[in-house]
Amino acid sequence: MHTSRDTSITQLDPNILPTIEAIEAPSSGRHGGDKLGTAGWISIGWIGGLALLAVLAPVLPIPDPNESFPEIARMGPTSGHILGGDAIGRDMLSRIIWGARASFIVGFGAVAFGLVLGGILGLITGFFRGRVDSIITPLMNVLLAIPQFVLALSLVTVLASGEGVDATRRLAVVVLGLGVVSIPLLGRITRANTLAWSEREFVLASRAMGAKNWRIMMREVLPNVVPAMLSIALLGVGIAIVAEGGLSLFGVGVQLPTPSWGNMIAEGRDQMRRAPHIVIFTSIVLFLTVMALNYLGDAVSRRFGVRESVL
Amino acid sequence: MVILKKLGQLAVTVILVTLFASLLLELLPGDPVEVLIPSGSDEQRADLREELQLDQSFAVRYSTWLGNFAQGDLGNYYTVSSDRPVSDRLWDSLPVSLLLMFYAQVLALLIAIPVGVITAYRKGTWFDRMSNTSAFAMLAIPNFALGFVLQYYLGVKLGWFKTSGYAAPSDSFVEHMQFMILPTITLAVGQVAIYMRLLRTDMIATLQQDFILMAKAKGLKSKRILFRHALRPSSLTLLTVAGLNVGTLIGGALIVEVVFALPGMGLMLFEAIGKRQIVAFQSMVAVIAILYILVNFAVDLLYTVLDPRIRHAHKS
Repeated sequence: MHTSRDTSITQLDPNILPTIEAIEAPSSGRHGGDKLGTAGWISIGWIGGLALLAVLAPVLPIPDPNESFPEIARMGPTSGHILGGDAIGRDMLSRIIWGARASFIVGFGAVAFGLVLGGILGLITGFFRGRVDSIITPLMNVLLAIPQFVLALSLVTVLASGEGVDATRRLAVVVLGLGVVSIPLLGRITRANTLAWSEREFVLASRAMGAKNWRIMMREVLPNVVPAMLSIALLGVGIAIVAEGGLSLFGVGVQLPTPSWGNMIAEGRDQMRRAPHIVIFTSIVLFLTVMALNYLGDAVSRRFGVRESVL
Repeated sequence: MVILKKLGQLAVTVILVTLFASLLLELLPGDPVEVLIPSGSDEQRADLREELQLDQSFAVRYSTWLGNFAQGDLGNYYTVSSDRPVSDRLWDSLPVSLLLMFYAQVLALLIAIPVGVITAYRKGTWFDRMSNTSAFAMLAIPNFALGFVLQYYLGVKLGWFKTSGYAAPSDSFVEHMQFMILPTITLAVGQVAIYMRLLRTDMIATLQQDFILMAKAKGLKSKRILFRHALRPSSLTLLTVAGLNVGTLIGGALIVEVVFALPGMGLMLFEAIGKRQIVAFQSMVAVIAILYILVNFAVDLLYTVLDPRIRHAHKS
């Protein structure tokens, strides 16, 4: 493993990447099979359940996330409000469910953005190589030459700092900012996998049968590259949801009073001494969500035998 | 020759990164002057417009900016009353951030190396399974959430450590550590998990090699085999990942500084964003990015020096 170091400086080693390390499951030696297992189903249930709650939030029998009940301000769990109230008595359960909406929009939205653009660029550069590759790949490497969080923070700060930036536009900017950051990461994974799969015999066979480039790319290469992309994308969703929290801490996350898990934790920090449950409950939900996403990412790479060397 | 090529790439990357940083002001929707000094008089606005060369083309602005930047002039914090240079504060906050990252890195390795080695050696035992599970959990903990929780329970409730603020190591080292210990732990947790898992996988492969069997056959003690023979090749992997990790580490440090009010680059960025000081923000982004590039460059050079295969490949 330690022999495969790319010797160019500015371009980071495509073989190893901190976030990608998470791919290698802690339990890879023990499970190794195709089965998703109990933990996998629990993870799917957790993410799916939260997504369902987030979608159904407007029709669920929960109070409005911005309605204030002064009697439960800073109170822990009580009857009628099972997760208690926040600093000004807004129902915590309702805010966590509505927060899932914003957090999931940011997480899945940013990664979908990166997956589409990074995926297309990665597929094209990996498949055609040559001149296209020598133009696009260095550009992606420039984006990688800035620490990811700093890049996202820069983009979001400037795009959300002007006058007349409303909550919707801010949300779009956060998705865009985190999406741009994920382009080179997803692009690189796709490119590396495309390079490897394009060398295979079935691609040659398909070409010999007279298939066009486009068809080979979409029908032969892409289906094989998808597991690796999906595996990284699942980790990416968790990273993006957490990054939104980081942005919120700097005051440029999802705009209050619209709740996101990130801005709830950032806002709740002032109440840590009197009502730690605000930060703690939200953090637990965030933590479990990231863990479930990481687990599923691992499960995908194990199921499809995504080799780390190709990542 | 290799070094020259690398230096060339380094220069190009630095130029591109500064180009990105100076583009930030262009990306700002609306009038930058309006954002910087919303309550300034018409005269002050005109002056600032002049100073930022807003009437000139981007090429002119960029070259002036780059020239100033190279000479250490990082622009000003603009207020209605007075302008303060950014560079003054930068030299105070940069060391704080660097120290934080250094401590976190040292702590992470101090924990991860022994645990990684032991879990590789005792693969499949309860200790291995437990540490793998905890590594998996550690990777999922958002650093700011961990920061707030540690701050509250260890700092406020138990009163063991200071929860916010800073003391320079030159003033009082003990006090410095009291301030630094919680931020260091917060930042190190994710790193421990990464290094631990990496080292475990790497060592499991190394332990199956013939030279380990040879060492065993010679009757060397397990401890010596593990830490002298088996760990050595893994050090290169650790170094590689440590280098790649610097980006995550920087991002994490910025966030942790805001949580613990440590006066480093993160807190500076935080204040610049809060006060909409985009010019200052720009310079800080450029400084951080260049720092990141330089660290990667250094790791790469170090790698070339340390790995005999690369070293000899270059000679021949």
